[in-house]
Amino acid sequence: MGFTWQDAGYFWPETIMALTFLACVGVDLIFRGRHALTVGVLIGGCVLSLAAAVLKPPVGSHEIFGQMVVVDPYAHFFRFLFLLITLITALFSYSSREIMGRDRENQGEYYSFLAIVCFGMMIMAEASDLLMLALSIELVSVTSYILAGFARFSLRSSEASLKYVLWGAVSSGLMLYGASWLYGLTGETSFGALGTSLMATKGSELTILVAVLFLMAGIGYKISAVPFHFWTPDVYEGAPTPVTAFFAAGPKAAGFALMIRFFYTALVQPQSGGAEIATLTQLQWPWVLGILSAVTMTWGNLAAVRQENVKRLLAYSSIAHVGYLLMGFVLLTESGLSAIMFYLLVYALMNLGAFLVVIALNNRLNSENIEDYAGLGYREPLLAGSMTLFLFSLTGLPPTAGFIGKFYLFAAAGERGLWWLAILGVLNSVVSLYYYMRIVKTMYFTRSAESGGLGLATSHMALIALLAVPTFVLGLFWGPLKTVTDSSLAYLFGG
Amino acid sequence: MLQLAEGGGSSLLTWMTFFPVIGMVVLTFTPSGARNLHRWIALAASAIPLGLSVQLILGFDRATTDIQFWTQVSWIRSFNIEYMVGVDGISVTMVLLTAFLSFLCIIASWGIEKATKGYFALFLLLEAGMLGVFCALDFFLFYVFWEVMLLPMYFLIGIWGGPRREYAAIKFFLYTLAGSVLMLLAMIALYMNVQDPATGGHTFNMLHMMNQANHGTWLLGPNVRHVIFLGLFIGFAIKVPIFPFHTWLPDAHVEAPTAVSVILAGVLLKMGTYGILRICYPMFPDAARWFALPMAILGAINIIYGAFCALAQTDMKKLVAYSSVSHMGYVLLGLAVFNEAGVTGAVLQMFNHGTITAMLFLMVGVIYDRAHHRRIARFGGIGMIMPRYTSIFSLALFAALGLPGLSGFVGEALVFVGAFEVYRTVTIVSAIGIVIGAAYVLWMLQRVFLGPLNSNYDPENAGSESYVHLPDISPREMLSVLPIAVIVILFGIYPPPLINMIKQSLMHLIAQIPS
Repeated sequence: MGFTWQDAGYFWPETIMALTFLACVGVDLIFRGRHALTVGVLIGGCVLSLAAAVLKPPVGSHEIFGQMVVVDPYAHFFRFLFLLITLITALFSYSSREIMGRDRENQGEYYSFLAIVCFGMMIMAEASDLLMLALSIELVSVTSYILAGFARFSLRSSEASLKYVLWGAVSSGLMLYGASWLYGLTGETSFGALGTSLMATKGSELTILVAVLFLMAGIGYKISAVPFHFWTPDVYEGAPTPVTAFFAAGPKAAGFALMIRFFYTALVQPQSGGAEIATLTQLQWPWVLGILSAVTMTWGNLAAVRQENVKRLLAYSSIAHVGYLLMGFVLLTESGLSAIMFYLLVYALMNLGAFLVVIALNNRLNSENIEDYAGLGYREPLLAGSMTLFLFSLTGLPPTAGFIGKFYLFAAAGERGLWWLAILGVLNSVVSLYYYMRIVKTMYFTRSAESGGLGLATSHMALIALLAVPTFVLGLFWGPLKTVTDSSLAYLFGG
Repeated sequence: MLQLAEGGGSSLLTWMTFFPVIGMVVLTFTPSGARNLHRWIALAASAIPLGLSVQLILGFDRATTDIQFWTQVSWIRSFNIEYMVGVDGISVTMVLLTAFLSFLCIIASWGIEKATKGYFALFLLLEAGMLGVFCALDFFLFYVFWEVMLLPMYFLIGIWGGPRREYAAIKFFLYTLAGSVLMLLAMIALYMNVQDPATGGHTFNMLHMMNQANHGTWLLGPNVRHVIFLGLFIGFAIKVPIFPFHTWLPDAHVEAPTAVSVILAGVLLKMGTYGILRICYPMFPDAARWFALPMAILGAINIIYGAFCALAQTDMKKLVAYSSVSHMGYVLLGLAVFNEAGVTGAVLQMFNHGTITAMLFLMVGVIYDRAHHRRIARFGGIGMIMPRYTSIFSLALFAALGLPGLSGFVGEALVFVGAFEVYRTVTIVSAIGIVIGAAYVLWMLQRVFLGPLNSNYDPENAGSESYVHLPDISPREMLSVLPIAVIVILFGIYPPPLINMIKQSLMHLIAQIPS
């Protein structure tokens, strides 16, 4: 137990992000109003942290700080994902009117919150103790509430923040309650010890089930799975768009990372070629999780069909994507988890890209309604082309990264004979085509009264291109990325 | 079993498939206003695949069933996905048809004025996707090409189409995607359960999938085989389209611009039947036998239902569209009988329908460009004003009704000869379709071209003051349609070159179907 310098050596990327947070606050205090400096510090911090991660990849699994935190290749993969998402969000927040336009004196804070939320997400992927689980989720949640309400003179934004807080508080409470049951049953807080103890005592299944369901409520809220999703559309619509983009990619991925690790180390008994939840034999987990996945994707897709606001549409589509992602989780197989990790990265790319287009357009058009996108295919061909690529990728059409990601998820479901879920998944893709194509249709098939370019910032276009290129290239050559996600799981399964 | 011809490796098909993509990339770097430049680049980029396809035909060995002109390169090693292309007798005819029609369609699209750059770029991408589908021998690659083709088609209908183009475009997209996702699941099931004989791992290689010895135990269960066969079949049936999945076709064909209708009817519909021949039959020959009678009945429904619908149409283009439904029914009937005459007739009909229906759509496009409407009832006596046009259109119409001496007859006759031996009742019922076919063709011919000049025309919808001033078919339009007319007559009088090309491959295929 306790802190050792050797442990700290595995913790460089996180340490750097924590220091970046302090530096952002400090720089903002000293050089008030010079936001370029704060952004610079955040970007510098992310790059340094990435460098630290690249230079010292974990070999094997390291339980550090008294088994509170585990650094292994699995967590390492998520480090890169979170740093990448934070970096991209920082870059495009700087050119967003919603963040930089109003309320000028507080912008420095925004970037320090980004730094700390990134730190929190990294811990979420590494947490291996109930205390750490609660702590990291709270760290990410509380910061998220502030970010959602960042445009504080905007009514929508404040409403979003308040809704987020209320939902968050309830689900956090449920989660902590569930955690306290588990602790009461076993006297352990560490995931590993918890698992061993649960396995040995074979205590009342009902008690364990209730505890796990309460915990799932907290995680389900974080990843916005149905029925814990009701906050999502309002918060996504109300929050400043860069924050929404960040929410859809970052905390969601962190929720998945945490959920997978918790299930694997505390509840699941790995077996040859797969795994099953050994401590809860009475319950048909594939059915429970399968139904959760099916309901989530169907609900998200059907609700998205009728949306007129692009942000709200993307919010519902993100719920649907949680459903697809859960497909990989249902059978708790290695290929399924690898597919989830692959899709989380791909989803981050294409979804950030789509939101980035929304931000660029909101800066000029001052609107997020689909109908205002009319004729963009002719006014801004490059922007509309990229948006089309992102939307095709979200639908899952080849040759884009989204297709490959979905392919692996469907394959993971099919591998173990879960064909009903796979069929539901592909039919949902067809439904999603309809509403994604509404945006494409408006951009290309409807002519607008105005013509001529919108005069978008070059930096914006460059960032969009930066996200569009991998979305396309990963649709043709994804072998190396798949190898990384496959190999990242080795130690998670080893125990 | 199908195998790669020894020493038959060649990069010809790769060049052919990707040359249009090169043309598309070049096009995107040209200025938007340079319309003629776009046209000439597109023409050049589609002329080269046509040239290569001629070289392909000349170099094709008709005596073997092996896959020729193949290329096999690893694409994604960790998932055993390969870039594998090659042709046998069935696909080589389809490749030729695709390259030929694409080239002529570029000529037929010369009059497009709206956003030419985008139009020709998408058209070239469409051509690449179609050629890729007919060449691919790796299922994953096949699927990628199959889907890639949908994207340009959606935009071509949605941007350059008629008044209801948005509805037609999304309907086409949703229908075909629904079909292809079923195929995706079937593909995953096959991948999981077929072994590569060399490595023992999973494989997407279609030649391995065709060999029943490589199928895993799960895949050998009859129920599983039937379900996967049906999944694939429905996926292809939507493309053909087979009743009751045909409702996207009239909308898409009518709203699409002329050249795109030609590609839709001439090539895209054939992909459905090609998929049945290339994937359903060889991979699940037992299920094919099990499903033969339902397929023949579906074919008969297509023939008769399509013909009756065509008879009821008041719009020339819609009539041609429904005639496609009817004519694809002959293909289906021929495919269902598994004897030499039937299957050969079906493939001939695929090729011939591609050429004949292309002529019909091009001809409807010509009159629409002049009169700005397609209502049959408002025409009449056009033969007096546009004699050259009338004679070419009549040739196409007679070919469509199956007049002996023109290519449409050969396929239909062989299909009936083959089908009569096996399903006598179904064939006799189907034969009614020929009579109705003659009825709608001749009735339209009479109402549009014969009789006195119709004065009942609506100046609001007409571009010119009267039909009297309609110019006859122009040299460019002749250029786009006469090559097809030559082929229709040639293969009508002397079909053996075409039959010899497909014969070996088809015989090989039928031999695998259990009796």
